[in-house]
Amino acid sequence: MHNLTIKQMSEKLHAGEITSVQLTQHYLDRISKYDAELNAYVTVTPELAMAMAEEADRQLSEGTAGLLTGIPVAHKDIFCTDGVKTSCSSKMLDNFIAPYDAHVVTQLKKAGMPILGKTNMDEFAMGSSSESSYYGPTKNPWDHQAVPGGSSGGAAAVIAAGLAPMATGTDTGGSIRQPASFCGITGIKPTYGTVSRFGIVAYASSFDQAGPMTRSAEDAAWLLDAMAGFDQRDSTSLHREKTDYAAGLNNSLKGLKVGVPAEYFGEGLDPQVEKIVKDAIAEVEKLGAEIVEVSLPNKDLAVPAYYVLAPAEASSNLSRFDGVRFGHRCENPKDLQDLYNRSRSEGFGAEVKRRIMVGAYALSAGFYDAYYVKAQKLRRLVRDDFTRAFEQCDVIMGPVAPTPAFNIGEKTDDPTSMYLADLYTIPVNLAGLPGMSVPAGFVNDRPVGLHIVGPYFSETKLLNIAHQYQQVTDWHTRMPAQYQ
Amino acid sequence: MSLGKTEVEYISRLAAIAVDENEVEQVAGKLSNILDLFKQMEAADTANVEPMAHPLDQVQRLRPDVITETDEHEKLQSVAPAAQDGLYLVPQVIE
Amino acid sequence: MSWEVVIGLEIHAQLTTQTKIFSGSSIAYGAEPNTQACAIDLGMPGMLPVLNEAVIGKSIRLALALNAEIGKKSVFERKNYFYPDLPKGYQTSQLEYPIVGKGHLEIEVDGEKKKIGVTRAHLEEDAGKSVHGIVPGMSGIDLNRAGTPLLEIVSEPDMRSAKEAVAYARKMHELVQYLGICDGNMQEGSFRVDSNVSVRRPGEPLGTRTELKNINSFRFIEKAIEFEIERQIEILESGGKIVQETRLYDADNDVTRSMRTKEEANDYRYFPCPDLLPVMITDEDIEAVRAQMPELPDAKRARYVSEFGLNDYDAGVLTASRQLAEYYEAVVSQTQGKDPKLCANWVMTDLSGALNKAGLSISDSPITAEQLAGMIERILDDTISGKIAKQVFDAMWKGEGTADEIIESKGLKQITDSSAIEALVDEVLANNPSQVEAYKGGQEKMLGYFVGQVMKASGGQANPGQVNQILKAKLSD
Repeated sequence: MHNLTIKQMSEKLHAGEITSVQLTQHYLDRISKYDAELNAYVTVTPELAMAMAEEADRQLSEGTAGLLTGIPVAHKDIFCTDGVKTSCSSKMLDNFIAPYDAHVVTQLKKAGMPILGKTNMDEFAMGSSSESSYYGPTKNPWDHQAVPGGSSGGAAAVIAAGLAPMATGTDTGGSIRQPASFCGITGIKPTYGTVSRFGIVAYASSFDQAGPMTRSAEDAAWLLDAMAGFDQRDSTSLHREKTDYAAGLNNSLKGLKVGVPAEYFGEGLDPQVEKIVKDAIAEVEKLGAEIVEVSLPNKDLAVPAYYVLAPAEASSNLSRFDGVRFGHRCENPKDLQDLYNRSRSEGFGAEVKRRIMVGAYALSAGFYDAYYVKAQKLRRLVRDDFTRAFEQCDVIMGPVAPTPAFNIGEKTDDPTSMYLADLYTIPVNLAGLPGMSVPAGFVNDRPVGLHIVGPYFSETKLLNIAHQYQQVTDWHTRMPAQYQ
Repeated sequence: MSLGKTEVEYISRLAAIAVDENEVEQVAGKLSNILDLFKQMEAADTANVEPMAHPLDQVQRLRPDVITETDEHEKLQSVAPAAQDGLYLVPQVIE
Repeated sequence: MSWEVVIGLEIHAQLTTQTKIFSGSSIAYGAEPNTQACAIDLGMPGMLPVLNEAVIGKSIRLALALNAEIGKKSVFERKNYFYPDLPKGYQTSQLEYPIVGKGHLEIEVDGEKKKIGVTRAHLEEDAGKSVHGIVPGMSGIDLNRAGTPLLEIVSEPDMRSAKEAVAYARKMHELVQYLGICDGNMQEGSFRVDSNVSVRRPGEPLGTRTELKNINSFRFIEKAIEFEIERQIEILESGGKIVQETRLYDADNDVTRSMRTKEEANDYRYFPCPDLLPVMITDEDIEAVRAQMPELPDAKRARYVSEFGLNDYDAGVLTASRQLAEYYEAVVSQTQGKDPKLCANWVMTDLSGALNKAGLSISDSPITAEQLAGMIERILDDTISGKIAKQVFDAMWKGEGTADEIIESKGLKQITDSSAIEALVDEVLANNPSQVEAYKGGQEKMLGYFVGQVMKASGGQANPGQVNQILKAKLSD
């Protein structure tokens, strides 16, 4: 059952060939069997899942079901889920049972999707390997020595291993696309403002954006349909006409102009990854696309700018974790200052503390202009690069990450080398553009993704390109042998 | 740029995160590496560039002045580390 | 050599909205702890702010009243610091792009007019409060007030005495109530005045200032500033230095005391709030507010003098609050503007006196403007005399009905029938032969005595003018 596409699942559910209870139980069984080793879930919610599956079956039998009704989903543990622990993979929230649902969770509940559980991640979404989780690292299903990427590493792993048919993720600097690339799945980060941030524990508010993580582009289109939409509770949510993301999947790619930036194929890019990406672009060319050279000259400024701006926002966003109203509180605080200092020091892991401290420093008196304002200006330069590039092309293609998945423990001692692993994804977040990772091949049995970036609101186009590519390739259908 | 003990203590105070005496050096080292990364920004000419705070040029949407929230303090306080009589408890605030 | 006093005020005016600035929680005063603090107000994980539209119109109102620049682009920033009454660890406020820019307010002290500059007014959220004594060694945190919308109105350091400072504060207090943007309740903290006080030798740069906080009456603000001026001068004259700090006023002992000074200066790390976008105010928005602007106190006062013929003092009293002015204008208009001066007298003396005595505000007056106008109409058409009107007024106050009902039921209608008055006059003259003699002998002041007697005999209901006229005629026979 876990090899079906979402469309097939939906058809079988509606035809009564399978029930949601059977489907959900199938995934719960697989989780029991495999997740102890993989550590992709922080929390599994079998009772909730089965209750929702029964409700879905009722709707299916009554004929009131929607397309996704009965298809289970796994939520990244950054989405608040009413009555279920929402930890952000942090000791700080290890005891936090969210008293409300995130907008995305509400939407997917309305769509009738049983919740299998909450997936592991880098603590507070700060990381590129899912190793900074309080609950330990998630393993890459393709190679247990490797990281699944991050921060949505648990979500990518559960899709790759068939421990959920669909998963939600968030992407602040590459956190959907990079783990999708490392785990050989499809992931799309929509235009900033497409999916409501309400109820998503904030990392960096002007970058955070949620999106679907699935096997195929078609699956992603279906899930994005349910996730996206205006929400009045998020001031940055965009009020736009509802888009049918699946509607354009079968459009021809004839005449499509694909921009290839020289800067994305320079020093630091693994030659084998480069080959896979170039082959994938050639495949798209065969489908009728025209390749044009474009330039993103300020690409290298994106990483430092991001690591000023995102931590600056994070340092403020994470001030609410003070041991007073929720979350971890130290034992016997001797005074107020001690309550804050110790609760936060004990509750946050090393990387989170590091980013909070860096962010506080970047905003502090005397450094604000040199760091924060400067980085905001670079953000504009990076965005303007894309604007210019999209005058010459419809989409941009390149690598998602410079290498395939690295080994667990390989970069944990050197945070800055980890930061540089996001050099291709970060510029997209600075600009707020939609970006996607599509499985495109393997290097030493570790997956590699093709990065597709489009202008604002071009999700339908990105999904269309990915879907067409997936009609002529089978990378997205492959599964690690032991999980088949 | 390399940070010393004084800077780490200052940042620790701003961030309200305790840094152990024996960790100061290590923390200083890692933060300094990140600041070295920041140095790369200096090279860019941003003389006539407007800072960009949000990815999209949108303006703030306004909410009607209508009460939409109800009293949920019992549910919300169920996750509080220390609460009594409807109040959150903290070590004595000296004013 | 003399000292020059320099005072600037920061006024926090709580805006009269239904809900908080960034959430749909009620801001009603006096609720049980944390029953008006929703997940957004509490800064729970994943919660986001959405701006209340009402605060924008109210801010524009203030800007128009102060002839101030309006921030066409207004940006919210985060002011970061840790405190238990600040749930998110930052206060959402405005720094670089406030909604109200430079403006001014004119005050009058001892007959001298003076323009006080307003530097800016910005929107921000209020904090919660700490409650003590629930658990030993612990404070309780109530976040009902967290997120209540405030306009912080910052003045230039233009005031040169405690008197000027209080005149400015009072004028602003009157203005925000007139504009309907703040209820002005100082006891409940809806209008809070922080004073920055320093002294210097004339011509020298500004001296080090101290800030006086949390004083909830104008009288105490004046006393606190006066004490503070004396204290600073004393220190400087004895060769000391002023420490920049926040001080609290101790009303019982009439002194200011230092709050414990923090060890280091705060580094608030302001930056634009990424959860909120810039607020853009268009000319149409401004014109829409302008069309709804109430007449402001200064304009009203001038109009009362020119249109109603009131003196400056009366005009000032009647415009002291918008409610009183509205009441007065309703009385004038319902009496077709026949005698605005008479209306003013009734509102200012009898009505205000009775309200004061009963501890009521004009909006709680048991006599409506319509009722008072009805009574004044009866004075103007000679149905009752001014004296009888006081009886009618008392009866209306007690809720006995309208002026006409009371005049009817108590038989208070004035006697204007000449023959009836003549009969009364004849009776009085007949009963007082010696006084008549005296009058005719040249003691013309006796006339008043006769008038009094006739009025008494009529139970106060005879028309005094007619009584006078008939008496004079009879006595000259």
